[in-house]
Amino acid sequence: MSGRTGRIYRISGPLVVAEGLAGVMMYEVVRVGGEGLIGEVIAIRGDRVFIQVYEETSGLTVGEKVVPTGRPLSAELGPGLVSSIYDGLQRPEKEIGARTGSIFIKRGVSVPPLNREIRWGFERSREVKTGDKVLPGDVVGFVKETPLVLHKIMVPPEVSGYVKWVADDGDYTLEDSVAIVSLGDREYEVKMYQSWPIRKPRPYAEKLSPVEPLITGIRVIDYVFPIAKGGKAAIPGGFGTGKTVALQEITKWSHADIAIYVGCGERGNEMSDALTSFMKLLDPRRGRPMMERSVFIANTSNMPVAARETSVFLGVTIGEYFRDMGYDVVMVADSTSRWAEAMREISGRMEEMPGEEGFPAYLSSRLAEFYERAGRVRVLGRPERSGSLTIFGAVSPPGGDFSEPVVRSTVRYVQCFYALDYGLATRRHFPAINWLISYSLYTDFVKAYWNKLSKWSEYREAVLKILQREAELSDIVRLVGPEALPEEDKLVLEVSRMVREDFLQQSALNPVDAYSPPEKDVMIMEAVMEFYRAARRALMKGVTVAKIRELKSRAMIAQMKYYTLEQLREGVFEKVLDSIRSEFKGLLGE
Amino acid sequence: MALERLYVKSTKQVFGIRGSLLFVKAIGGIKYGEVVEVSLDGTSILGQVIDVSRDVAVIQVFGSAAGITPGHTTVKFYGETIKIPTSMDMLGRIFDGLARPIDGGPRIIPEDYLDIHGSALNPALRVPPSEPIETGISVIDGLLTLVRGQKLPIFSGSGLPHNRIAMQIVRQASVRGSGEKFVVVFGAIGVTFEEAAYFLNELRSMGALDRTVAFIAPASASTVEKLALPRTALTTAEFIAWNYDMHVLTILTDMTNYAESLKEISAAREEVPGRRGYPGYMYTDLATIYERAGRVVTKRGSMTIMPILTMPDDDITHPIPDLTGYITEGQIVLSRDMWRKGIYPPVDVFLSLSRLMKEGIGRGKTREDHREVFSQLISAYAEAQYLRELSAIVGLESLTPRDKKYLEFADLFERKFINQGEHERRNFEQTLDIGWEILSIVPEEELKQISPQTLKKFHPKYRLELEGRM
Repeated sequence: MSGRTGRIYRISGPLVVAEGLAGVMMYEVVRVGGEGLIGEVIAIRGDRVFIQVYEETSGLTVGEKVVPTGRPLSAELGPGLVSSIYDGLQRPEKEIGARTGSIFIKRGVSVPPLNREIRWGFERSREVKTGDKVLPGDVVGFVKETPLVLHKIMVPPEVSGYVKWVADDGDYTLEDSVAIVSLGDREYEVKMYQSWPIRKPRPYAEKLSPVEPLITGIRVIDYVFPIAKGGKAAIPGGFGTGKTVALQEITKWSHADIAIYVGCGERGNEMSDALTSFMKLLDPRRGRPMMERSVFIANTSNMPVAARETSVFLGVTIGEYFRDMGYDVVMVADSTSRWAEAMREISGRMEEMPGEEGFPAYLSSRLAEFYERAGRVRVLGRPERSGSLTIFGAVSPPGGDFSEPVVRSTVRYVQCFYALDYGLATRRHFPAINWLISYSLYTDFVKAYWNKLSKWSEYREAVLKILQREAELSDIVRLVGPEALPEEDKLVLEVSRMVREDFLQQSALNPVDAYSPPEKDVMIMEAVMEFYRAARRALMKGVTVAKIRELKSRAMIAQMKYYTLEQLREGVFEKVLDSIRSEFKGLLGE
Repeated sequence: MALERLYVKSTKQVFGIRGSLLFVKAIGGIKYGEVVEVSLDGTSILGQVIDVSRDVAVIQVFGSAAGITPGHTTVKFYGETIKIPTSMDMLGRIFDGLARPIDGGPRIIPEDYLDIHGSALNPALRVPPSEPIETGISVIDGLLTLVRGQKLPIFSGSGLPHNRIAMQIVRQASVRGSGEKFVVVFGAIGVTFEEAAYFLNELRSMGALDRTVAFIAPASASTVEKLALPRTALTTAEFIAWNYDMHVLTILTDMTNYAESLKEISAAREEVPGRRGYPGYMYTDLATIYERAGRVVTKRGSMTIMPILTMPDDDITHPIPDLTGYITEGQIVLSRDMWRKGIYPPVDVFLSLSRLMKEGIGRGKTREDHREVFSQLISAYAEAQYLRELSAIVGLESLTPRDKKYLEFADLFERKFINQGEHERRNFEQTLDIGWEILSIVPEEELKQISPQTLKKFHPKYRLELEGRM
């Protein structure tokens, strides 16, 4: 394990090369220099050990000591995670501020990720008694961490044996033992927290196939390109296409028990805006501040680049831990491109052979390691339960060009692709998800859910057909003008406009429209389809599209999204349908 | 720079020179990032350690390497990273990229020495920006409001009047509220002799100099001085904002010159280039500059940054504007077409955006009708643009009277609202009133973005009625 103390041989930005570290292991954490800066071993070439340092390195001197810690970079997992704001090394930023009294992040600060002084109310599990055999993942007790999160205290992976003792209900700190497990003559003290290496996926019993959609409250995702619980999605988009807003909306409204927001190499003001809104906004399903089910990792673009990678893996590890409790977790990473750029920088300094556009050849496999940790699983331990971790990764392609290496590598590992379009954004169509190139490979898995609510499969297909036809027609329209089209096509254009404006467009700023539950999606779509059906019948009887355009029910459909689900249920929806029917009857002179 | 301090060690073992990089046989105790002094005949230049191992130290010199001779030139190591002296006495003064006075005045007596690289603001202590800065320029204040703590760049092109806009903002910008103090830090990077002379002239004659600190590194300055300038300017700005609770607006022009210097140094270091020859870390490098903007919980002051850059070939997807746009909170884009039409400032309002505007306007901040006037102006102008294109195809005669009103509106919008004198300062109220004046050309029922209450209160028609009654 822990080898001898080494000495710095070379310093080049975030890369430090050390000598004399015999016995050090790959990805081991080392403390560099007198200030004990945190670094990680990323390559070993003979006697030279390459260390990626997660803090600013200026002022370091050749010959300063490098001390191995014997441990890989790990996350602390336990009560106190929720509502925290961490940097990429899981240092709590609020505490750092309080402790240093500075508005800046200073290097060399060491604060434990989880507060050791808080006494958490522990309630033992009634199913675990002295003498019982316990296995990894077994729940021994509970802590009500926030009004929204019941934190399950589990036997850590790799620990099993017979319960010798379980603490009574009461208030304990994280350092107190809450159970003792013995196997042979070895004893293990179970505490309320555990630690896990961030680069290693946490074990589970079995991976399950996706069955249920993760409702995000965003119509174009939920209805048109649904994502399943445990799914993985990429959201690429140039600047100004609304990427960050889309990600924030997903984190806010998703039907998940835990939301993890990783701001990796992005704007500080945005992070602060997200934090403020999470404290103010209430979870629509449970009426409590969203902060009470969220974890933030904030490594802004001006913080050390090497810590971008750790922010992403730290987020995933925390996500897996809550998944192991049997929860549905959603994690967003904004932006994976910044992480890829950090990899490129370190790789360049290590003088590795560059791949495309200077990115290292292992870019793709590193992305795979990240996305593959998503999934729905039957977790370890009793009571038997399943949990899921869904990942959304933002990609920021230079110049908005999707043919660049990060986008191209990412699409190989994700099942959903939400392409944000500059053209849509300039036309103020938000979320600017381009329906012609986006896709979801989960539609078959979630159709049972949606078809129970409505004729989803049929309508969804119809919507995609209409939008596709519109794209084809738009070229013709540009040449000859819309009036030259046959009536049938004019109607397609009319309905596709309704689909775009009344259904796909959704305002993140409007308090009612920002979150759209599935039942509401279904009603709006039903109304649009009812209109389309009625209009087609009318066309056959010789009514012109110009006449149909004048109908008042069109405007009523457009207003539907600004009503709450309750209002729609209690009459608005019926009124819209009635109005469509009676107006068309009027047109036909019936 | 702490030049006064004693250096600790020196060596004559320079064994290689490439561009502005010196390769020196390492001696013990060299610190990564420390400042060195390279002595030439009678003079000396400064440099910085950018890579050090037990055998070799790589030094980047802040000037020309001409005259450096391996084996003869002495390199002295200071044992410290680049620091600049800071003081409130810097107000009203003009400096170079390393904070040395160039206005003929005396050296300043420092209150503190600060590392120009600064540190990252703690994200958990940031407060979302929500108070406006009044630049006195209608198109910015009305449609692209700059908010304290924001970073909002101007994307320009060569030949467009960005320097004049910059000077107008330096002259006019202010914040409201009693007891709120406002300072402008101006940084010019790699500007030509003519531009530098223009800036110096303007700064001296404007009378606002006592609340301004200026830094100028001309095109002839060393590459490294150009790289240092934005950081020197921002370090001074931070000193003023955080220590003296002032609102500081830092204007940096032209960041394209900065990026070119970055590329030059990267090539000299033989780094693997990223897109179009710019280093792969350019995003991070620019972020360490722009992210110094912000507000924090515990301080009253704020840091606002307005970088100005010229888009090479007017191409917004070029790496410099592209990466900037990913970092900044919006952009103000200047248009050559508007400039040809004789509109100053020639802002393209469709390509421009201030992301933080919505938090910084409205009652108690600018005026209660701001949001609605803004939406209405933009949507009416968009409608008018569409009609302009249409009339180009079908001819003016076939337009309806309503359409013609819109064309008239667009014309006035450009000539009266966007267009403005270089020395004309309009406050928020004046800007919004001009907005109303030209909106009143459009039929009232077309003003869908404005609520009936706001309309009754501010529409010139009702206002006249009100005033008539009084």
